Amino acid sequence: MPMQADDIIRLIKDGIPGAEVEIQDLAGDGDHYAATVISTAFTGKSKIQQHQMVYGALGGRMGGVLHALKLTTMAQRP
Amino acid sequence: MSEPEVFERIRDEIGKNDVLLFMKGTPVFPQCGFSAATVDALSQLGVKFHGINILVDPELREGIKQFSQWPTIPQLYVKGEFVGGCDIVREMFETGELEQLFKEKGVALAEAA
Repeated sequence: MPMQADDIIRLIKDGIPGAEVEIQDLAGDGDHYAATVISTAFTGKSKIQQHQMVYGALGGRMGGVLHALKLTTMAQRP
Repeated sequence: MSEPEVFERIRDEIGKNDVLLFMKGTPVFPQCGFSAATVDALSQLGVKFHGINILVDPELREGIKQFSQWPTIPQLYVKGEFVGGCDIVREMFETGELEQLFKEKGVALAEAA
């Protein structure tokens, strides 16, 4: 079952307080999203650790109900 | 609790292959856009890699996610180290970091045509 973009944003923000989250529905099917997450919590962390923090916030949904989420993480806006 | 038996197989594969991609489908016929994009990045750099099709191996498919603490496929390993999934590999490819990583690790790249 697909997830709503708002639910994804809420979960990420709950898991990473203060994060800025932007979501794009890539295919318009509620199943393929791209997310950009900006948080100072990423400072000093590797890309893998940054993505794992987002996956952690999604609590096991990634790869399950959430099929495709193209993820971009950064500590601050470029 | 002892670790899953499949971890032993995963370590063995990672040890045997300098550049290893756990993927959906095969390097010639990827069966998922994310796997295809990752294969494309490696191919453009001219890196020789071994692809393991997790679609034909359910034990490995679940095992690799636990092993890497990473929920999705594809997953790229270089010289025993987990590099990341499709998004990280694509981003590193675009910034030149991926090529840098292979050079640092002593992985041969084909000369650009």
